Order: sequence, then structure tokens, then C-alpha cells
Amino acid sequence: MFDKYIVCEDTLKITDQTRTRGSVEVRMPYYRGLGLSMVEGVDLTINGIPVPVEATSFTVHGNTYPMVDLPTVLDDRWEMGEQARIDFGVTEPMEPGELVVSAAVRLRISYMPVPGGGRDTKTFTLA
Amino acid sequence: MDDIVKSGFRFLWQPPHAGDVSTIKRGVSLYSYQEEFFLRTMTLEDCVAHVSSVGALGVEVIPEQSLPGYPKITDEQVSQWRGWMDKYGTTTSATDLFLDTKRHRDRWLTHEEQVASFHADIDLAVRLGAPVIRAIINTPPEVMRDAAPYARDNGVRLLLEVHAPFHYSHPWILEHLDVMHAEGGVGLGLMPDMGTFVEKFPRVVSDRAVRDGARPELVDYIVSLYNDHGDTHALMDIVHYRGGGPIEMGLARQATHFIYRDPAEMLPHMDLIGHVQAKFYEMVDDSTEYSIPYDQIIPVFEKGGFTGFLSSEYEGNRHVQDAFEVDSREQVRRQHAMFATLLGERTDQPSA
Repeated sequence: MFDKYIVCEDTLKITDQTRTRGSVEVRMPYYRGLGLSMVEGVDLTINGIPVPVEATSFTVHGNTYPMVDLPTVLDDRWEMGEQARIDFGVTEPMEPGELVVSAAVRLRISYMPVPGGGRDTKTFTLA
Repeated sequence: MDDIVKSGFRFLWQPPHAGDVSTIKRGVSLYSYQEEFFLRTMTLEDCVAHVSSVGALGVEVIPEQSLPGYPKITDEQVSQWRGWMDKYGTTTSATDLFLDTKRHRDRWLTHEEQVASFHADIDLAVRLGAPVIRAIINTPPEVMRDAAPYARDNGVRLLLEVHAPFHYSHPWILEHLDVMHAEGGVGLGLMPDMGTFVEKFPRVVSDRAVRDGARPELVDYIVSLYNDHGDTHALMDIVHYRGGGPIEMGLARQATHFIYRDPAEMLPHMDLIGHVQAKFYEMVDDSTEYSIPYDQIIPVFEKGGFTGFLSSEYEGNRHVQDAFEVDSREQVRRQHAMFATLLGERTDQPSA
């Protein structure tokens, strides 16, 4: 329902000098907030190459979690429309120019018999 | 259907009001402004102010949507909320609860945990001043049964939403009705969602499928079958036989999740109905919802003597946001112009 708003415009940043670490902000495609234990993951793809989940972390309102730990977090939430920051690492440097970022948000919604969530792709221009 | 009404239930076949102004109240669920609230182009106070601006008196709130920090809502948040109710001349008409049975990755929530989840949401409803609570459709009847005493003790009522594709003679609803009748309908009741009265397939949904690349002849087939109130049980199979892809299959699935029932099916249950979610997809002007015949629905509530809130629930945003600017405020304003007319109010709505 909010898939087109998942990857937030103008939020991609390179965060180290080797250009192999970066961050991007994402929103949850859902009309309410959700406990983090029901966020099964945010799968990132950079220029078509999947980023290993172990190389990503998830930050909301100042609290950072390894992505793989989200299913065990019972006392924090991803609020409706809140921009979460995903920090990630890649093996090849992210060179200046266009960079295509895809994010698939996987949610466990209790009243739905099928997996919830959505995906979005946006193109950024790196300096 | 009469046989499922517990004997002794009071029936009001005449509207209790003497004049031509209805006793049905107008309200808005903040669900209606989800697009703008999500994108932070409306604040929570903006939403409340807009409800008031259309002459609606009740604000339905989804705490998990509107109140950051749920379930640990602070006293400051509560007093700010109550301050807005005073400032804008509104009351909290309802809160909406969810039941996260799949909260843990590796196990289902136990019955006791589910009831405890209800108790926490009852506490929050009381703090926010809501008299009724929307219980989500996936709530098991036995959870309703075991949460009812706590609701009664706290002076609130748990209302099971009757949401499409469910309806008043569906086995899942019949199980719930048994529990409600056994309880006496004091702490329990029903919250009909008007999405069970979708007479015409919402064109915002089919138009979106076309924009997404659906084959027009398959869209026409799905829409025509729905609008003829034909048998949609095998619709996904048929669309598959005709070579439909994911877009066409998605539309077919939607068609099996909209339903059109006779609004008069609510009459035997009117004493259990405490609040109404006035779902809508597209107000084409100030008098017509494209799919849902409110001119046929409101007389049923009048006949049944309903005195609760008709609470707007705009759900068109997600179907038009790809190509159009979403204007939830204008959609809500139009629906309330229609309600004011249908309810016999004499006040004129400001035009856009």
C-alpha cells in the first residue's frame, strides 16, 4: 500500500573512505507501526547484487540492531512512516554515478495468511 | 437469520428521534488520513482538526498508527490527546486494536497472552476516553469471551469488526455471535465495516490495474462479473486459464475480497452494533460514493435505531497514489457532505 515510499529519496550516503560502506533510509509499507519481532527483514540489493543480511544493520529512533536480530526484539517498534536507517557493506566500491537500490521489507502480519511487506527500487546519483 | 437473535433482545423498529434529524452521529477514523500522516504532511493534530472541520464529532484512532511508543503511551501523550478533543469539540469515538498472534517467530501467542493483549488495549482505550474498541477480525471467539469481563468492568465494549469477505451469516461470525449472545451484548458487540456492501467494483482499483499493465479484456471480465454479482469463487482460476499474470491475478483476488450483501442483513443484529466503519474508496462528488450505496445503508441504521458513530474510513489512497495527488481531506469532506444530507442535517458544508 505504500511500496513506492519504501526507499527514501536523497538518503543514500557513503560512510567510509573505501566507498564499501553506506547507508540508506527506508519506510515500512504498512498503515500502522509494528513490533520489530514481526519485521522479518529488509533485504537490500545494490546494482542488482544482493547484500548479505549479515552485512546490514537496522536503526530506528537511535536504536541499532543487527538485521539478523530483529526477530528477537520484543521491546521496540518501527513506527508508521518512520524512516529507518539501513547501514550496509558491499565488496566492490560504490563508484560515483548512478546506483540502483532495491529494498524488500518482509513483515509478519498476524491477520494475513500470506507474507506481508513490499518492495521498492530507486536510483541515486553518487558524487 | 432471526433464529440467531437471542430472545429478549430489544428491537427498535422506529427511529427514536421525533424530528427529521437523525440520532446517528458522524465521525472519522484517522485511518482516513494515512497517506498524509505517513508522509508527515499532516500532523496528528492536523488530522483531529480536519475531523472537526467537517462537522464530525467523533475521532476514531488506531493507537498503533497515531501514537508513537505504543504500547507504552505516556501520560503526556494522553493529556495532549484529550486536550485536542477539548480544543476541537470532539470525543474519542473508538480505538482500534490488533492481535499480534504471530508476535514471536517460532510460536503462536497463547490464549492467556492474547487476552492480556486485549486487557492492555482496554486500559489504553479507557485512558484515551473511548467507549468502544474495534476488535480485529482475526480475534478468536474465545478471546472475546474471556476479555469481555474486563471490558465490562472498565465500562467499554469490544466490537468485532465485520469486514469483507466476512458477513453476518458467515461461520466465523456465527461463532462470535454465539459468544456475544451468551455474554449478553454488554461488553461485546459488532462493528460493521461498510466494505461488505460494495455494490459496484471500485473503479479506482480496476483503473490502477490497467495503469499497472493489466490486459483490459481481463479487467473488464473481472469488473463485469463482480458488478453482475456473479459467482467469484473460481475467478482467480478463470483469470489464470485466460493467461492472466500477477497484475490480473491480484485484481481477481481483490474481486473475491469485496462483497455485496443486502444492508438489511444488519437489522437483526442492531442491538449488538456499537459503531460503524464507513469504508469508502472514492467520493466522486458531494453526494455519491462510487461503489457503496450509502443511500441504501443509512436507512437501515435509522430503522434499527442506531445512535452510534458512522466513522469514515477512506481507503482509496493506495489505489491512486501512483498517478494522482492523494487528497484525503477532500475525500473525507465529500463523504461528510453526503452524510449530512442523508442524515437530514440542515447545516451547509463548506465547499472545497
